Amino acid sequence: MIKLLDVSKVYNRTGTALDRVSLHVAKGEFVFLTGHSGSGKSTTLRLIHMSETPTQGEVRVSGFSSLRTSRREIWKVRRRVGFVFQDFRLLPGRDALDNVGFALEVTGTPKKEVRPRAQRLLSQVGLSAKGSSQIHELSGGEQQRVAIARALASEPLILLADEPTGNLDERATRAIVELFWEINAMGMAVIMATHDLELIRKYPKARVLELDQGALVYDSSTMTKGD
Amino acid sequence: MASPLKEALSNFRRSPLLTGLSSLMVGLALFVVGLFSLAAYNLRVALSTVEERVEVEVFLRDDIRQVDLDALTETIETLPGIEEVQYFSKPEALERAIRELPEIADVSSDLEVNPFPASIQVRFLPEGRTTETVETVVTRAEEYPFVEGVRFERDWVERLFFLRRIGGVTAMVLGAAFASVATLIIGAAIRIAVFARREEIFVMRLVGAKDSLIWRPFLLEGAVTGLVGGVMAALLTWFTHQAVYHFLFALEWIPMAWVWAGIGIGILFGILASNLAVRRHLREV
Repeated sequence: MIKLLDVSKVYNRTGTALDRVSLHVAKGEFVFLTGHSGSGKSTTLRLIHMSETPTQGEVRVSGFSSLRTSRREIWKVRRRVGFVFQDFRLLPGRDALDNVGFALEVTGTPKKEVRPRAQRLLSQVGLSAKGSSQIHELSGGEQQRVAIARALASEPLILLADEPTGNLDERATRAIVELFWEINAMGMAVIMATHDLELIRKYPKARVLELDQGALVYDSSTMTKGD
Repeated sequence: MASPLKEALSNFRRSPLLTGLSSLMVGLALFVVGLFSLAAYNLRVALSTVEERVEVEVFLRDDIRQVDLDALTETIETLPGIEEVQYFSKPEALERAIRELPEIADVSSDLEVNPFPASIQVRFLPEGRTTETVETVVTRAEEYPFVEGVRFERDWVERLFFLRRIGGVTAMVLGAAFASVATLIIGAAIRIAVFARREEIFVMRLVGAKDSLIWRPFLLEGAVTGLVGGVMAALLTWFTHQAVYHFLFALEWIPMAWVWAGIGIGILFGILASNLAVRRHLREV
């Protein structure tokens, strides 16, 4: 499903963000990607989303290779990979239903089907009664649910979440992670970047990948801490 | 997905203030160009009216034979840039003098001999109104022994042509400067409008919208902004023209081809500026 083969990413201004990382994430896996700030978590997610191209190595996502996928074809990758952010990135001038509907519209859903499908996606994330709420009227946890519903609009195979609970309280955090597990149970691979080790400990079934200064230093599926 | 045009128009409805302001900025920028065009066109018209009066008059001896007159007329007519060569006999010269200066009528009745010589009057085509063409006519005419003299206002003609050259260069430089400023303003206006919607572009790219689907509404919106701005500029220029015409002095309206060209340029700039602005934001995801 996802393969990083000896991948490095060097930025002109800030230097090496990822250093010869190789990893494989299978279909339906739940992965916590952890590490300190600046360890390369976001860069890894952006490489999988193909928002970035590796300086060295190859990223393969659901049959697409970073070496052969042109910018014109990127949209095909994006429809297989949902993405949610810490700051939600919702459109403020639209209500919750419209935010999800917008994603459906721009990915080619027939106009007639947009509203009912957006409504179903909101129900799936537990917001069936909040469709007409403006974004600023929703709590942080609710806004993140709208963002997740939007990420699910193209029925992706992979869901990437970059510190999705960073702006949420403990209760909302727990609810969002539970939602990710529900989504994962439907067969979708979930990779969630977080530096919250307490949270990771609560989900021992999840695979944990740890990055440190751009290098993969721990993979719970193949090694024990300290290897 | 709604049609791109509908989407572009719905963006106008969604943020009427911003899109309205962009159109207004485009309109005002093109209005400045429109005013300049109006002034430049009227100066050109005024100058060409004066230039039409550039003429050479060749005075002929009284004993000129018809065959010599024909030879002279043919020589001058075949020179490039000549519009018309007109012969005035002695009686016609007198008649013309009386028409232009009625006092002569009283004196002329006392005269035994008509003192006005026959002449040919040479007029020039617009492309022939140059110092060189005028001087060629004068030189060729003076070569004939039956030519008594040639009249043309050398200083006046030279000054006029100098004025035309200065006017042409000034119009070109000022026009280019106005057009550049208008281009920058239009570019900025459209970029602001696109910048305000960068989050939409971000989300489109994020969820996997095709590039063509992202571009089209923005390009159309740029075209509509340019069109609205162009029409606004044309109307403002028209109202200014009407105000000057009715309250100050008679002013010619610019050719309609210029108006269409202005609106076309507005649309083109709108599309180009949108293209550049969207391209920049597309790189972010």
